[in-house]
Amino acid sequence: MVANFGFGTLVVTFLVALYGVGAAIYGGRKNSQPWIESARLAMLLTWPLLTVTALCLIYLLVTGRYELAFVSSVTSNSMPFYLRITALWGGQAGSLVFWSWLMSAFASAVTLRKWDRDREFLPWVIVVALVTLAFFLIMILFFENPFDRLWQTPAGDVRTAMFQPAGALLLNQADGRGLNPLLRHPGMIIHPPMLYLGFVSFVIPFAFAIAALVTGRTDDRWIRITRRWTLVAWLFLSLGLLLGSRWAYDVLGWGGYWGWDPVEIAAFLPWLTGTAFVHSVMIQEKRGMLKRWNMVLIILTYALVIFGTFLTRSGVLSSVHAFAQSAIGPLFFGFIGLTFITSLALLLNRWESLKSDAQMTSLFSREALFLLNNLLFLSIAIVCFWGVIFPLISELVTNQKITVGPPFYQRATAPLFAGLLLLMGIAPLSAWGKSTVRTLGRAIWKPFLFSLVVLVLALVAGVRNLAALLGFWLCGFVVAITLYEFWRGTLARHRKSDESLPLALWRLASRNRRRYGGYTVHLGVVLMAIGIIGSQLFQTQTQGTIPQGGSLSLDNYTLTYKSLDNWDTPDGRNVARATVMVSKNGQNLGDLHPRRDYYYEAQQPMTIPGVRSTWEDDFYVLLVDWQPISSEGATFKIYHNPLINWLWFGGFVFILGIMIAAWPDKEPETVSEQVRRQAYLPAKT
Amino acid sequence: MENQTTSNLSDAVVQEAPPRSRPRWGRVLAWVALMTLLVIVFLQLRRTQEGPVQVGQAAPIFPLTTFDGQNYNLADLKGKVVVVNFWASWCKPCEQEAADLESAWQFYKPRGDVVFLGVDYVDTEPEAKAYLQKFNITYPNGPDLRGRASQAYRIGGVPETYIIDRNGKLAYVQIGPFSSLSNIRAVIDPVVGK
Amino acid sequence: MRANPISRGRLFPAHKLWLVALLALAAVLSVTIVAVAQDSTPRPVTDDQVNAVARGLYCPVCENIPLDVCPTTACAQWRELIRVKLAQGWTGVQIKQYFVDQYGDRVLATPPARGLNWLVYVVPPAAILAGVYILYRAFQTWRKPVLAIPPVASTQGEPTTIDNQYIVRIEEELKKR
Repeated sequence: MVANFGFGTLVVTFLVALYGVGAAIYGGRKNSQPWIESARLAMLLTWPLLTVTALCLIYLLVTGRYELAFVSSVTSNSMPFYLRITALWGGQAGSLVFWSWLMSAFASAVTLRKWDRDREFLPWVIVVALVTLAFFLIMILFFENPFDRLWQTPAGDVRTAMFQPAGALLLNQADGRGLNPLLRHPGMIIHPPMLYLGFVSFVIPFAFAIAALVTGRTDDRWIRITRRWTLVAWLFLSLGLLLGSRWAYDVLGWGGYWGWDPVEIAAFLPWLTGTAFVHSVMIQEKRGMLKRWNMVLIILTYALVIFGTFLTRSGVLSSVHAFAQSAIGPLFFGFIGLTFITSLALLLNRWESLKSDAQMTSLFSREALFLLNNLLFLSIAIVCFWGVIFPLISELVTNQKITVGPPFYQRATAPLFAGLLLLMGIAPLSAWGKSTVRTLGRAIWKPFLFSLVVLVLALVAGVRNLAALLGFWLCGFVVAITLYEFWRGTLARHRKSDESLPLALWRLASRNRRRYGGYTVHLGVVLMAIGIIGSQLFQTQTQGTIPQGGSLSLDNYTLTYKSLDNWDTPDGRNVARATVMVSKNGQNLGDLHPRRDYYYEAQQPMTIPGVRSTWEDDFYVLLVDWQPISSEGATFKIYHNPLINWLWFGGFVFILGIMIAAWPDKEPETVSEQVRRQAYLPAKT
Repeated sequence: MENQTTSNLSDAVVQEAPPRSRPRWGRVLAWVALMTLLVIVFLQLRRTQEGPVQVGQAAPIFPLTTFDGQNYNLADLKGKVVVVNFWASWCKPCEQEAADLESAWQFYKPRGDVVFLGVDYVDTEPEAKAYLQKFNITYPNGPDLRGRASQAYRIGGVPETYIIDRNGKLAYVQIGPFSSLSNIRAVIDPVVGK
Repeated sequence: MRANPISRGRLFPAHKLWLVALLALAAVLSVTIVAVAQDSTPRPVTDDQVNAVARGLYCPVCENIPLDVCPTTACAQWRELIRVKLAQGWTGVQIKQYFVDQYGDRVLATPPARGLNWLVYVVPPAAILAGVYILYRAFQTWRKPVLAIPPVASTQGEPTTIDNQYIVRIEEELKKR
């Protein structure tokens, strides 16, 4: 009953979306306010409908209705309550519903804002949002219906269908297959929603860009509206990527956090172009340049979002991330084909009207450096894109599969990332418009000296790796400059307004949220870079089988195998938990408990490491294999990851910085808001 | 209407600017690049969507060097009925049908016109040999070097068995293990009988 | 060389002594080599040595998972195979080549630079250079003095009634904020 009701709301939402598209197109072309308003209401209606759908599905998941194919594929009796809810995005069908729900939420939020100044955009924004939503709903309704039931046909085989096929009986199952054990970790619960938030929220800037192209209002208005949206979308995408890495590190058990897996890269690509956009949009605001380029970047970012989603879900790429092969491939391909072709056609149509009076006076001005920043980000994106696409091309042409793995990406992108680090240091010191080598040089020499000190310290600490030295020097350089900027601003304000230093800093940052939020983001990036350099270039590992009481050593650490416990848990797994003692230079540092969980129903093991984390490094122990108490002992694999916790801390600072930058400015806004409202006479028809 | 006047205005302003021939090849390039990408993705999508080689199609030809060093080639076996079985030592369901396949081989061997070929998919030699010994398999078995045969047949996993008739066309495809010896014979007999 | 009866003597001239010593050494060495080569007891291979080789290889079945962390039974068998081969004295390079012969190019972390695969290494630098060139040309055009276009026309697409000219100017001011 509930399933039928949920399915019904899906069908109604789909019809409403189709109606909304038609009404918006008609209203937009005829400039008819009633039709546009009707389309807006249709848009608003989709969210409550989809909320009902999602709630129905969650209810079915929680109550364990295993006659539904989706429910039986992602839940089982042994799963706890909270996992049954999060199983919503544990499979293709449910995650599509989740995605659609998010999209309708964002589109509704956008349609609820004040549209007085931008009435021309409204119909086209609705069209883009609803067409996208409609496509996802088609995929759900016709290919991946979460409300499909399992039927036993008279012939004896099992079919999935929404309504009863002739002569078939409902297959009532006592238990489901259960969620993939890898997805049961807290990190995994939050990582997909964050990523989906990031992906879906990029629809809004894209919709405005398309609306600007369609209506011909190619001035800055569309960018001003969507600037904050894009920043928030970028925030969620960054958060999703960070959480995914953390989850991989905590649970996947290979001592690393980023494997250059094609699906990881598919999510990374829109982040790269999104970061480029976040920077180049400032050029458009300050200097009126790069209108075309910003339009291209937004369209490209959204295109990469849906392209990446397509690659992951269609089965074209297979990896540990990919969903099982599904029939949505061809339809999704049609959707991206339509989107790409329409976007390119609209863009080229308006290409001339996007021309801006660009003028660049100095190669060291901030806009020049920002352009260089864009070049570097796009270059990294090209490398990553090519690495993902090339195996497809190769398989088509030569019929042989090949792997493009981490060495390719690392070697190609390392110098580009180093260049970005350098730019991160120099750009804040350059000025908009005019900047020469001399002015830059004057600003740089003090932080430069400091960075040399850092370099010397690194050498003293025993670092001999050239790449690491260069990396640490760059990090020192950027930290010096960024902190110097904070210091200069705080000092100036302190002198002028007689506030105490901490208060001056706080007031400074809250008056210039974008600038100081941006600096905080850069600080976060540098901290992450330190963590990456340490863990990538200086990681060591060892593996060995030791008997009880035996030891393994790695660098200065010694691991002693103390004992092993083995038991079955109520939620359907067998846990083998080893107790090992860690000591460094002879000093006992405590016990760790690496374990191996074996899920009976999924027949899948999961290795969960025992980790000792400090600012200096991580001592990461995995229980690789084990024998029941015997002379053989147990096999342990140890990773020593220096400086890795700087990566997670840096990620935290990074997110904090974005939030500072994105936080709405209160005071200045109201004044100009008033001015605008008084100056503009709304052209009400 | 307002929108149309503004775009006319912008067009008028633009026409004063000197004509630029540069964008022409830029546009062409953009379209070509986009279309190429879509075509590549489409072809690859089609490839992943198509399942294994279907009944009635010509069976892909491949060479096989057995663990004993003998060379076989599917091309040379025209005129005979060939049973190609993909297996692996790490594959549990393969063990279900291993004994039955050997018995079937023993049954058809005296006829002389039925050939059984075992293709070892992505496996290691010592384990493979141990598997063959365990089930006393006597028909020729060899490793699928470089994955050529499995990729040609686009297998989705192991075990899979492909029965090729005397004309080199696929007569039957079995995904998963055979349930019994009679099952195997019931499938091969019609192909042999023709 | 100090004079001694043996070195000065005709019976064992110095260079002949060296020759004998050399021959003796050769004999001892060859016996040792033969003994070692015929030594069938496998040298103990550590997990770290196996992992060092496995890390450069990818699981032939599951996609994009390095061989040293892949948890499947098949991968465990392959690691055992690496251990056996290492014990037999194969080098890492030989073992990698063996895997390529057996399972194809996909087991390598980067495609061998052969045939079509050259494109992997060539296209990104080419594209980046194209980007640099485009940027360079853009800088050149932007550094040329541009005729001042009146502010109204620069925001093309705005209707030019009086109210809206005012709005446009406000817009310009706000942009500079």
